[in-house]
Amino acid sequence: MTTENNVLIEVKDLEKHFKKSTVKALNGVDVKINKGDVVVVIGPSGSGKSTFLRCLNLLEVPTGGHIWFEGQEITDKKNNINKMRQKMGMVFQSFNLFPHKSVRENITMAPVKLGIMKKEEANRRAEELLQRVGLPDKIDAYPNNLSGGQKQRIAIVRALAMNPDVMLFDEPTSALDPEMIGEVLDVMKELARDGMTMVVVTHEMGFAKEVATRVIFMEDGRILAENTPREFFENPENERLRSFLSKVL
Amino acid sequence: MKEWLAGQKALFVLNFINDDRWRYLTDGLVLTLEITFFALILGLTIGIIIAIIRATHDNAYETMSPGPGKVILKLLNIVSKVYLTVIRGTPVVVQLLIMYYIIFATSNNKIIVAVLAFGINSGAYVAEIVRSGIMSIDKGQMEAGRSLGFNYVQTMTGIIIPQAFKNVLPALANEFITLLKETSVSGYIALQDLTKGAYIIIGRTYSAFMPLIAIALIYLILVMFFTWLVGRLERRLRSSDH
Repeated sequence: MTTENNVLIEVKDLEKHFKKSTVKALNGVDVKINKGDVVVVIGPSGSGKSTFLRCLNLLEVPTGGHIWFEGQEITDKKNNINKMRQKMGMVFQSFNLFPHKSVRENITMAPVKLGIMKKEEANRRAEELLQRVGLPDKIDAYPNNLSGGQKQRIAIVRALAMNPDVMLFDEPTSALDPEMIGEVLDVMKELARDGMTMVVVTHEMGFAKEVATRVIFMEDGRILAENTPREFFENPENERLRSFLSKVL
Repeated sequence: MKEWLAGQKALFVLNFINDDRWRYLTDGLVLTLEITFFALILGLTIGIIIAIIRATHDNAYETMSPGPGKVILKLLNIVSKVYLTVIRGTPVVVQLLIMYYIIFATSNNKIIVAVLAFGINSGAYVAEIVRSGIMSIDKGQMEAGRSLGFNYVQTMTGIIIPQAFKNVLPALANEFITLLKETSVSGYIALQDLTKGAYIIIGRTYSAFMPLIAIALIYLILVMFFTWLVGRLERRLRSSDH
């Protein structure tokens, strides 16, 4: 168990074996994520990068290994996963806003119902966050009236409203029309600049180059390369990574 | 023509006015609505609980880690399945009679017996309707709820069920209408509901036409009224879709 102060998430020997599959989706992943890190995970599809991210907040239950978050073991059943998830915001590829609730309710529901904020406070926070992502006029709209980019920005706000210590992004721009990717990435860049710890699974190499503190390359459920973006993109040591980069860049 | 009208008028007076016979219909209507209302509440409660058990079992059983929770879920699922099979596999009249003559043989509160019988019967149909509604909700909704820190039950009741309910409202309304009409067999346990009321009048007057047409019209108007009401509710719930 780790007690180093600035380690936020520690992953050891993480394995995930889906029941119906013959191969392991994750096959021994070890990572340390420090406070303030922006870790970008890239890799071909089926490499296990989304599974890895979803294991971090136990949306996917690992079949082996350990994960610690803020010194508490997430994979230990005695710990209250719901409490820990409150500190881990997650943004999904398909937004997953609650369609039967207004934008305001989407944002304030969790903090209010989980007793973290009073209603007025949550409302103020929602307004302030919507201002930050440039959507203050959408507070009373319903998700179905919004564009993909707007939905994703609001999904980010919904996660931020809980004041999380880390934000997990699962391919946040993959379901967006090209012209909307920029607005979402801008919000994420600003978050990174403000010092939010982020783990981002994405295909946006530009984002990785610009804001990542570390880039991880995964394939076949393992981490094949991990480096600063500069080294990662300019001097890729791994043969497999070189061929991957040559295809996507 | 004039004679025919006079004859009809005499029949009307005989069937409804004499001895205040209309009261069989109004009292019967009140009882029908009473039984329907409480059976509806009971059916919805049972149905939603069973639906959650069944949907949870179908969604999560495979991935659950072994433990007492898993065993309990398995047992609850088996009980639910038996309940669904038995209730949907037997006629409601038979269930009503079993409830009255066997299960509550020592009690003579017939209204409660009827509410229980119809409520338990309706619950089975509601359960399958609500379960289909829960299954129709994208699994991302559950994940989004859980990722914010809600537990399973909070996510179900706060996020999944409201959406599922909206999706299955037409089917639920249909079930409610069926329930309302099914209470017409309450007479089997000597309850004087609307249908039994008409039957009593016929027994007194030996004239079947008017009482039967009268209750048919009353049922029809009730159903049309409730259909209209549900339509309004649907439109209101849909306000988030436009």
